[in-house]
Amino acid sequence: MENVTRSGFNRTGAQTSLHTVQNMQAFADEQSPSGPSHIDGVLEGRSIASVRAESVHAAERIGSVPIPTTLTGVLATGLSKLTGHRPEVLVDKLGERLAFERTGVRLYQALIDKAEAVQADVALPFTIGELKHIRDEELEHMHIVTSALEGLGADPTAQTPCADVAGVASSGAMQVLSDPRTTIAQCLETILSVELTDGAGWDLLIRLSGSAGQDDLIKPFSEALAREQVHAQQVKGWLERAVVDDLD
Amino acid sequence: MNLLDHKGVPLDKQGLTWKEMAGQPISKLDDEAFTRVRIILMNGIELDALRLSHIGARMNADLRLPLARVRRIEQHQATAVSWLIGADHSPLETTIAYEQVAIEVTAAVAQQEPDPYLAQVYRFGLLEDFDHLYRYSALLDRMEGKDANNILQGNTDIVPGRPTVDEHRAPEDDLRHPYTAKADLLSKLHATLITAAEYQTHDFYMTIGPTFADPVARQLYAEIASIEEQHVTQYGSLLNPRQSFLELWLLHEAAEVYGYYSCAQSESNPRLRALWERFCDYELGHLHHVCELMKQHERRDPAEVLSRELPAPLPFHSQREFVREVLATEVDLRASGPDFVPVEQENPASIAYRERVNADGSPSTEVAAAYHWTSGTELNRPLARAA
Repeated sequence: MENVTRSGFNRTGAQTSLHTVQNMQAFADEQSPSGPSHIDGVLEGRSIASVRAESVHAAERIGSVPIPTTLTGVLATGLSKLTGHRPEVLVDKLGERLAFERTGVRLYQALIDKAEAVQADVALPFTIGELKHIRDEELEHMHIVTSALEGLGADPTAQTPCADVAGVASSGAMQVLSDPRTTIAQCLETILSVELTDGAGWDLLIRLSGSAGQDDLIKPFSEALAREQVHAQQVKGWLERAVVDDLD
Repeated sequence: MNLLDHKGVPLDKQGLTWKEMAGQPISKLDDEAFTRVRIILMNGIELDALRLSHIGARMNADLRLPLARVRRIEQHQATAVSWLIGADHSPLETTIAYEQVAIEVTAAVAQQEPDPYLAQVYRFGLLEDFDHLYRYSALLDRMEGKDANNILQGNTDIVPGRPTVDEHRAPEDDLRHPYTAKADLLSKLHATLITAAEYQTHDFYMTIGPTFADPVARQLYAEIASIEEQHVTQYGSLLNPRQSFLELWLLHEAAEVYGYYSCAQSESNPRLRALWERFCDYELGHLHHVCELMKQHERRDPAEVLSRELPAPLPFHSQREFVREVLATEVDLRASGPDFVPVEQENPASIAYRERVNADGSPSTEVAAAYHWTSGTELNRPLARAA
């Protein structure tokens, strides 16, 4: 099957069965509650706000940031030298970056696998080598963060709360990349949003490291940020080419 | 189809590979809604076959090996069917499809059912699943920003039914009169099919409910899963408790044949039609395997249980006009023991139970407050567009 999307008999829209949906709409208009379309100028669906608010107040946090297991670990390493009132914030965000880069390696590998499968049939906007280069840089970035956590005496194998949330957020990206039905262009669209988030994440981490007194982390992190910005530009360009080529 | 003459594929000739089980899914966008309805229905029946088989094995030492043999292929069939749902269906979108099954298939069954009491039971349950569709559609719209009609494809209305908040009943008001030994084969197949479908719906909601982050969704799934348990209780109680295990098993295999046969008759997707036909032949093989077991263990002629001819296939198309008529005339019915009564005669035990479970609020009411289904979501309504 060619790796492009064509027009066909998509059945989801109202115009596919216009008369039927008009009938359905008329019945819904007749049978549904006749309340105001807006409640105090706020969009509909606000009735669920009170349920959400009550739950937000009652909720516990997703989890905690792991602290070094030995006192020696704290004293001998950088965690004790962290400035600021909440050193766990840096550990949490480092854990997030580590998890993000680790998943990034797998996302690029999924794209590589798909690209290799279709390269004989479609013109790719990139070379497989370019993708592998980015994948390998994601791996390097993962190891940079691992080293940073170890330098602070923190456990790089732990899943921090921000790492966990980042995993939830990127789970959709993995679903898109690993679905054999998705096209290269659809995958690039997804990778682009991952790369843009990644760049913003490194930028924040650099600022956080500075405010925590971890100046020695700023240089390797800045280099990683520069590479991620190149990735985002590359992916953006490939996506444009893939979509335009799709139109040709 | 002649049930007793068609022998199907012998059990030892049946088998699927992993790739056949985890094959190509349907297109959420391009396949017709009733293809998805068939998939969900048949998955429910296959899963119920496993359930019945395991219960039977616990109580029948002599049948353990034949049950295990049939169960192995049934589990692989269930996998092949279940895996047809594509990964781009969100759990909530699949939920919309489950409710479409509960409405459209139950409505078709209610109209074909020869026993008036049983038909009433199906109409009663139908209006409750109809309301669930409305509540879940509100959730899909208000949480994910999606139109439930992308799944329903114009076949099923999205308006309130018997309010979910009022569906919570005391257990004694969920039990119904069972069909008798002399009941029409079609009545027995209907009860088997609908019980299986509702059981699957309950189990699906219990599995995916806790995977939602939004407290509104978590609460709504908790509430509706409880109703689905009531529905399993209701429909399960239609089965004659005096039937032997082998008779239950035989009827289940007949229901599976009937299900696949009905699917094959109406399927628009050629790949799936071939699958339904293949599995219909498998089920005929299971049926005749159980026929032999019945002769061997009970010295009974399976023709006592089965009629020679399979009933006319179950129709798979929109039952809109029938559902609207039932909604207009029966939405205010309530249960009092096994009987259906006007709302003012409802059993006080159910009212007391309901007050207790609804004491902290009603998720199904809150999620759908002022919900008015609109093509393209409620954000597509003229006033919302002007916001």
